[in-house]
Amino acid sequence: MAATAANEHTVLQFAAPSSATTTPILTARIHPLVIFNVCDCFVRRPDSAERVIGTLLGSILPDGTVDIRNSYAVPHNESSDQVAVDIDYHHNMLASHLKVNPKEIIVGWYSTGLGVNGGSALIHDFYAREVTNPIHLTVDTGFTNGVGAIKAFVSSNLSLGDRQLAAQFQEVPVDLRMVEAERVGYDVLKATAVDKLPNDMEGMELTMERLLTLINDVYKYVDSVVEGRTPPDTNIGRFIADAVASLPKLPPQVFDNLVNDSLQDQLLLLYLSSITRTQLSLAEKLNTAAQML
Amino acid sequence: MATMARSFLQAISKDEAVAPPLRVVQIEGLAVLKIIKHCKEFAPTLVTGQLLGLDVGSVLEITNCFPFPVRDDDEEIEADGANYQLEMMRCLREVNVDNNTVGWYQSTVLGSYQTVELIETFMNYQENIKRCVCIIYDPSKADLGVLALKTLKLSDSFMELYRGGNFTGDKLREKNFSWMDIFEEIPIKVSNSALVSAFMTELETDTPVSQGDFDRLHSSTTPFLENNMEFLIKCMDDLSMEQQKFQYYHRNLSRQQAQQQAWLQKRRTENMARKSAGEEALPEEDPSNPIFKPIPEPSRLESFLITNQVSNFCGQINGVAGQNFSRLYLTKALHE
Repeated sequence: MAATAANEHTVLQFAAPSSATTTPILTARIHPLVIFNVCDCFVRRPDSAERVIGTLLGSILPDGTVDIRNSYAVPHNESSDQVAVDIDYHHNMLASHLKVNPKEIIVGWYSTGLGVNGGSALIHDFYAREVTNPIHLTVDTGFTNGVGAIKAFVSSNLSLGDRQLAAQFQEVPVDLRMVEAERVGYDVLKATAVDKLPNDMEGMELTMERLLTLINDVYKYVDSVVEGRTPPDTNIGRFIADAVASLPKLPPQVFDNLVNDSLQDQLLLLYLSSITRTQLSLAEKLNTAAQML
Repeated sequence: MATMARSFLQAISKDEAVAPPLRVVQIEGLAVLKIIKHCKEFAPTLVTGQLLGLDVGSVLEITNCFPFPVRDDDEEIEADGANYQLEMMRCLREVNVDNNTVGWYQSTVLGSYQTVELIETFMNYQENIKRCVCIIYDPSKADLGVLALKTLKLSDSFMELYRGGNFTGDKLREKNFSWMDIFEEIPIKVSNSALVSAFMTELETDTPVSQGDFDRLHSSTTPFLENNMEFLIKCMDDLSMEQQKFQYYHRNLSRQQAQQQAWLQKRRTENMARKSAGEEALPEEDPSNPIFKPIPEPSRLESFLITNQVSNFCGQINGVAGQNFSRLYLTKALHE
């Protein structure tokens, strides 16, 4: 972008962070593993450090979303005017991680604590040398404002004429998502301690209980609307109608047949596996109890 | 941290005393997530990784883990692998992560993990670490909405037997050892730091129903069951092959016995003849004769392992079939 030469005053301008080759970063998608990593590193930080920084690994999708999948902490020293980052460590860890998963490349860096300060700008500079347009993630472990804020920033350089003035950090919307497998373990991950991982049947029980509660709630809601106690909400009504309509309309005879057939299949499988088990115990008795002469 | 230091000191002071038996494995949510992520990313290839943590009394705490790069069997990659491990441990040490190896994890397909390699790896680890466990994760079960994480440890009696290198029927009978005694499964407890828990609650508020529930209510488990059945059948074939080996061995043994008897008879008659002729009697045994060579008894290890696998599959099928029952009855009720 050229400065307007006509005026005497030069215009404060942003250096375009996106050139023709790189797409601008629109959103950041973060996997919960990254948050876990950051929290863990924060809890384990050496007593002298106030905050923790580290590298973010992931990939940049062609539509401008940054997919942040993994991270590792980097030791650093920070004083009021100086920042020292252990670059060797950073490169070593990067090499090790790349050995396992060569698709995860550096996409940026993170730091704990709210907001961005001067030290961060320097660190961001360092990361900008490693990858074009790094993303900066702040995870507020101090819970200022009573909220654990997770923010992502992209920086663009402010320059006045020829001189570099400052780097401006623009916030980028953050999308926290969980892959299915992680969602399964989600309950387990949320509590501070879980005594036992639920196995098949217990999980099933839990699920059915929850479903029952849901249905009960809906029932109560419909009842109260019909009796006029709560004002009807057409949206909710539409949802309920959709849900009820999604049950397939089969004549009861056909449905019963379906269910019975499936039941029989399952019973057959159970029978087969019980037989196999019996066979196993028989075979074992024969094998070890066999006497030679 | 202070409580950790105290109990560590206690653990050291108990020096030569036998450590209490391992009751529970406590694993951090972070490690669980890492394992899930790693196994899932590389499915269906089997991957492994190292577990790091602390061994405190009767609880084995797993605080972190890191994945191993996928290796092809190559000479120089061996050294590379060791280097990678050392490098990772060193780096993690610098950020105050516990870097005691307490075991390893591996992914599996449909629960078919009992192999001789597993046992050998266990023995290798056991040389260096007093207590180690192996965590098995099955990513295919995540589709059914189940977190299939299992912790295994070789039972002590099995380790002694293995070191003796002898798996004959006699030895096993005297110890009353069955195929169920090879592996011990240890219950898992998951713990999270308060900070992490706060964040997670923030990120996803308590919904009455989670996605895991939706996955569990899904009624199409047929592909999973089919795969299980296939594996089960294959394993049964393997088992019957092993049994045939035994039958062969028995037959050989009895044939050898018969031969020995025959030879012995011949010797005896010869001796009688010699005695009547006044010559010295020949010895009744002749170790150089090939029919006296003892036939080695085939090791029962394989059959034990296979038996374990089969029972595993059966268990899985049972579990899923049971779930299906509930699902079917549920649909029936809903329909009415």
